[in-house]
Amino acid sequence: MTDLILPLRSTGSSARKAFLAILWRDVFVTGKELWVLLIQVALTPLFMLFIFAKVLARQGFVSASYGHLLLPGIIALAAFLTALQSVAFPLVMEFGWTKEIEDRLLAPLPTTWVTVEKLVIATMRGLFAAAIMYPIGWLVLGTAPWRPEGIPLLIVVLLLGAWVGAGIGITLGTLITPAKISIMFGLILTPLMFTGATQYPWPTLDSLPWFKVITALNPLTYCAEGVRAAMVPDVPHIAPWICVVVLVASSAVFSVTGMLTFRRRAYR
Amino acid sequence: MADADGRTAVEVIELVKRYPKRDVNAVDGLTFAIREGEVFGLLGPNGAGKTTTVGILTTRIEATSGRAMLAGVDVLRNPVAARARLAVVPQRSNLDRSLTPRQNLTFHAAYHGVGRGERNERAATLLKQFGLEDQADVKVDWYSGGMAQRLMIARALIHEPQVLFLDEPTTGLDPQARLFVWDRIREMRERGVTILLTTHDMDEAAALTDRVGIIDHGKLLALDSPANLIKRLSGQSVLELTVTPAPGDGADALIAALVAADGVDKAERVAAAMPAFGPGNGFPGGFPGFGGGGPGAGAARPSAVATMVPGAAGPVRLRLYLTVEPATMLAPVVSLLATRSAELTDVHIGQPSLEDVFIELTGRGLR
Repeated sequence: MTDLILPLRSTGSSARKAFLAILWRDVFVTGKELWVLLIQVALTPLFMLFIFAKVLARQGFVSASYGHLLLPGIIALAAFLTALQSVAFPLVMEFGWTKEIEDRLLAPLPTTWVTVEKLVIATMRGLFAAAIMYPIGWLVLGTAPWRPEGIPLLIVVLLLGAWVGAGIGITLGTLITPAKISIMFGLILTPLMFTGATQYPWPTLDSLPWFKVITALNPLTYCAEGVRAAMVPDVPHIAPWICVVVLVASSAVFSVTGMLTFRRRAYR
Repeated sequence: MADADGRTAVEVIELVKRYPKRDVNAVDGLTFAIREGEVFGLLGPNGAGKTTTVGILTTRIEATSGRAMLAGVDVLRNPVAARARLAVVPQRSNLDRSLTPRQNLTFHAAYHGVGRGERNERAATLLKQFGLEDQADVKVDWYSGGMAQRLMIARALIHEPQVLFLDEPTTGLDPQARLFVWDRIREMRERGVTILLTTHDMDEAAALTDRVGIIDHGKLLALDSPANLIKRLSGQSVLELTVTPAPGDGADALIAALVAADGVDKAERVAAAMPAFGPGNGFPGGFPGFGGGGPGAGAARPSAVATMVPGAAGPVRLRLYLTVEPATMLAPVVSLLATRSAELTDVHIGQPSLEDVFIELTGRGLR
């Protein structure tokens, strides 16, 4: 754990420079491969929005106002899922197969800082995905809820939601070997996506108490509920302060687990 | 460790590494030092502890106990400072495939705090030096193994490390690429970079290194210059003869006569003689040792061969251990055999190589 005590004053400036350089590397690569990211992250939420809020509404299976309930959930999902996937996939490959990360692990900065850099870039990607989901959703639905006074809360819960996704992504990405990648994403991602209160408001789950409990255990729920509280406060939602508290706690927990599993993977 | 001719660049003291759930130490009390500007070869069979030792020195593996110093920095206590002073060229490509070759160099330099102008300049110089100028801005995926290796060496050099770790740098390269890499390693030595090289290629170790350390089971078995190690091994070279004794003469009597000659330390009968298939050491069943071609050995090795006599009765193969140069013993041996009317059908000069030293120390068993 000597790594955590460092950097000493002499290595502090080199570590800062190295941190900014590896962050710049990820920003640069993200920019270069932006379309890959867009396809990777935007497609699932987009189709979900299209089928549930457009197709089913047009057929009369759901009410026309369902779109306004779903869009905030989809934005939360995009932030969370993008942050998670855009760090987990590359980490599995870089640690397990390409070893590309080694060059950064050998840069003069503590390994914990490399993990923090991954958290930062994944959160940025998550926020980016959430930001583009809004106009896309507006195009798909033809209308979107707009509430300027909710923007500060919106930014806070999206930032925290993306951060939690990033922490989970790092944890999974450093625990899973390339051979098990498909199992992991089937077994973990799909349940996470559908138990996160993105397609339904949590307070209305009284008729399904067991599902209400499961949903309450998913940190994505608090992101989705928070976004609804900010964008469509008329829909029943969990109190914003609870959302923020749970998200802060979850991001702390998953940041720590991410750092530990990352470190275990980086060091033998 | 005090050294007459220079400061210490790398020092490992009583280093121990035990991986979880293993009952033996991967590195077991290893102690050695590498002088500044030295090319040091770390040799050992697979699983001997080379990779673990290098992993600890390059801050990627945590030691269980002991000390590891690199360029004056305690690697275990201050890995960040150590990383700034070292560079690693791994055996398998770990180039950043999201970046171009040139960007691989410039980003690596940036990680190590080299300013923008400086790093672009250094990258351009290195790309030229390593013959990658024309393909500096393509996809890394298009690179051949040799090109990737060159680029990784260039990347390792761009932040001007004090100690360079090369892990089997020429494994899988074609002869041209291998010679190119060897030349670059020699250049680095001239520039004063300390190099720790791990390799299974004994010719490479003999050709490039100032000293080698041979390790097995996590322990150091020998540490010296390749020449000294070879010299120490039984101290001599050998002459192998395939001889058909004259009727009435026996192999044992011949051996006795040969041992009596000046310059012959010991003589022994080896596996049953087989027809010689030409020069060289191509005997399928024979040659327990002294077969390899260390530097210098190659020139002396394929030696005089008499014509094979098919159907000759009772040829025996004898090995003479010499205290003098084998070539000087040819004439006396030939005349001795002639006086006894023995027929000489094959002569082979063998000089011990680093490979023989390696096998002698670590055994012939497969790992």
